[in-house]
Amino acid sequence: MSEIKKIKNLKEFSTSADRFEGANLLCPGCAHSIIVREVLNATNDDLILAASTGCLEVCTAVYPYTSWDASWIHIGFENGSTAVAGAEAMYKALKTKGRLKQPDRVPKFVAFGGDGATYDIGFQWISGCFERGHNMMYVCLDNEVYANTGGQRSSSTPIGASATTTPAGSVSYGEKKNKKDMVAIMAAHGAPYVAQVAPNKWKDMVAKIQKGFAAEGPVFINAMSACTTEWKFAPEDTIAISDLATDSLVFPLYEIINGTELNITYRPKNIIPVRDYLGAQGRFKHLFKKEYSYLIDEWQTRVDAKWEQLQRREEARV
Amino acid sequence: MEKAGWDGFEIGAMLRTFDGAIQNIATTLPEDRAYSQSSSFTASVADWRIEKPLFNKDYCIDCQFCWVFCPDMSIISRDKKMIGIDFDHCKGCGICVEVCPTNPKSLLMFPEQKDEESALVEWPKKVKKEKEDEVGEE
Ligand SMILES: Cc1ncc(C[n+]2csc(CCOP(=O)(O)OP(=O)(O)O)c2C)c(N)n1
Ligand code: SF4
Ligand code: SF4
Ligand code: SF4
Ligand SMILES: [Mg+2]
Repeated sequence: MSEIKKIKNLKEFSTSADRFEGANLLCPGCAHSIIVREVLNATNDDLILAASTGCLEVCTAVYPYTSWDASWIHIGFENGSTAVAGAEAMYKALKTKGRLKQPDRVPKFVAFGGDGATYDIGFQWISGCFERGHNMMYVCLDNEVYANTGGQRSSSTPIGASATTTPAGSVSYGEKKNKKDMVAIMAAHGAPYVAQVAPNKWKDMVAKIQKGFAAEGPVFINAMSACTTEWKFAPEDTIAISDLATDSLVFPLYEIINGTELNITYRPKNIIPVRDYLGAQGRFKHLFKKEYSYLIDEWQTRVDAKWEQLQRREEARV
Repeated sequence: MEKAGWDGFEIGAMLRTFDGAIQNIATTLPEDRAYSQSSSFTASVADWRIEKPLFNKDYCIDCQFCWVFCPDMSIISRDKKMIGIDFDHCKGCGICVEVCPTNPKSLLMFPEQKDEESALVEWPKKVKKEKEDEVGEE
């Protein structure tokens, strides 16, 4: 087995040699890229990567350029998961037949997909990969919207967000359905490791990615990806918005091992009101009108209830 | 490699990031890599910027927040020290400035045409938070 890369602190992490390149076409301040860097730099092992259609894929493979310094494959919107699963199955077959040219080099298999690709369109494919038990990591870049095609809602879009297919206006407050709990769904597959991460908490992220790489079997990572364009905030504020998300517990950070052992990995010292998170983004601006203020209270109640539930699960080990 | 037009690009073709083989990419820094014309590393997005970050090493504590949070691999750190900015790949987002914890900041945004020397001369001094009445809400 390959060694786990030593990353004691940020200084040590900063000696990493990125395998993801600039002059890609992601927006200035895009969190997808920060997440990809933290994931790839968590290991020195060879990488076999795939991406589903979406901002990350479209912006990093524009002919005649690629921004990837590793084997990288793109097929379609729905099948980043199975592209990597196929490569992993072939690797296993070659290994069994003794046909690997460098058998001592054990690569990591990682698929990236947006929330549209993950929560909606690629869902059954991911579920199949997890049921078959491929040795792979699936990273969802969760920006809660179909960003690449102009901001349509997905089943990850939270209540009250204005999206182009659920616009807020005089007759609607925007999205009406609650966000799908994808982390719980993936944990219910009995996967050895499932976690929610956020790029502002880089150390928590790296620890979880390394645990995921060390696990045998399919690993699911839901990575919060604050989108300057669709969430409507200034590009320099990506990390500040991410801090608001983790410190208001809108995006709690936790892991679930073998489908049952839930551990909360970040407890904010000062929990901030959900209102502060919502107020920092244009997609929730209309909620601050008088007639919709009840929705902000409901938001807070939902976030409190989820936090309560996570703590209960952590305690009960179920 | 000769650059092919869109109609000269065969279906299923593979783009190679490097000219020749690199044994361990993960431990080979950009200056030691032979990037091919197919790598976006050889392209520039400098013309995306209206403002650019400039670096004042006098105040830098090498915390590496700018390095880890730069979305565009444009903070150059070597041997645990921040040494500069890659202006071919920096998109001018301003994240590095926002996350820089020093007082005054070691990174600040300036108009694209600003020269570094005069920026360093004009660099603000340490801000005493309580006494400044213009300082708004945190
Ligand atoms: C089968 C199929 N349907 C629709 C599309 C068009 N399409 C391309 S990217 C995209 C949105 C991607 O959204 P998401 O997965 O959330 O990624 P993001 O761009 O937000 O990172 C859509 C609808 C497609 N390429 N293929
Ligand atoms: S639209 Fe959002 S996710 Fe897409 S590149 Fe821009 S910031 Fe990134
Ligand atoms: S402005 Fe943005 S792209 Fe440029 S160095 Fe700073 S963080 Fe990186
Ligand atoms: S964030 Fe500021 S202090 Fe920290 S390494 Fe970068 S420039 Fe130096
Ligand atoms: Mg999305």
